[in-house]
Amino acid sequence: MAHDTHIHVRSKAEFEYAKKKRADEMRGHLATFAIMIFLTLIAFTMVAAGFSAYLIVPIILLLAGIQVILQLYYFMHMSGKGHGMVAFFMFCGMFVAFITVLALVTIVWW
Amino acid sequence: MDINQRYTPQSWPEHPETATMEGKNKFIGFWLLLAAETVTFASLFATYLALKDKGPSGMEFSAAGLFELPLVFAMTMILLTSSLTSVYAMYHMKNHNFKAMQAWLGITVLLGATFLGLEIYEFNHYVHLGFGYTNSAFSSAFYTLVGTHGAHVLFGLSWFIALMLRNAKRGLNMYNAPKFYLASLYWHFIDVVWVFIFTVVYLMGVIG
Repeated sequence: MAHDTHIHVRSKAEFEYAKKKRADEMRGHLATFAIMIFLTLIAFTMVAAGFSAYLIVPIILLLAGIQVILQLYYFMHMSGKGHGMVAFFMFCGMFVAFITVLALVTIVWW
Repeated sequence: MDINQRYTPQSWPEHPETATMEGKNKFIGFWLLLAAETVTFASLFATYLALKDKGPSGMEFSAAGLFELPLVFAMTMILLTSSLTSVYAMYHMKNHNFKAMQAWLGITVLLGATFLGLEIYEFNHYVHLGFGYTNSAFSSAFYTLVGTHGAHVLFGLSWFIALMLRNAKRGLNMYNAPKFYLASLYWHFIDVVWVFIFTVVYLMGVIG
């Protein structure tokens, strides 16, 4: 294992730059977390407030979708480089997932 | 190259999880697993949606009458926070700060264990009400979906604990960096599934 790895000791400037970039990224993750908490609060508040189901259901599903995109692209770094194959796998999985849910929900509907 | 090669923050690569061939292979294989898990959970969600509030017996229990939001809200916040703490752990992994990473993983494990405890409490509460696994098609579908998620939480916790103990004296190296990274990806995926569980099962269940 690890036969293709060589150790590259970074210069001080390179190291400081990479460190700062990671710290910036971490601040971005904190902002993402705040947005996720906010979306969750909206979803729970809407249900607790007792709006019409026809209004709530599409909105909370949309909020869940946004939260999952934030989780995948930022917390799981799918927005980073070298995630092309990863995106292909996940989109295929999501496509099959969508068809599965659609099929079973419509079977009981009719 | 020796797998136990020591690194300093200066020599630690920017992406240690994919810096070796083994790391790259693990990374791609693990994402393929997550895509397959997406399909697994979709089939359980689809089954739940098709059988929600269906009998043939045990119809006295419905989603609208059974679920209580305060507990689910607490569980959601705990799991979401544990997702952030594992992000912090990976931030320190990339900084090559082993102790900080272990500490954040420890917090993640504590939060995850709290979540699991609340879920066990919830299931126990339902069973005492008479809403058991074999009560109705609805109950079986509910316990299978939420229980499979709970089993993933348990597996994720065991994985974190095993990694933390096994590597406690090793410190961070190219051999275990991909392992920590994948466990944290798994933990985020558990949170992704929970987002749909609290939305589709609990919130949409309470609406009726």
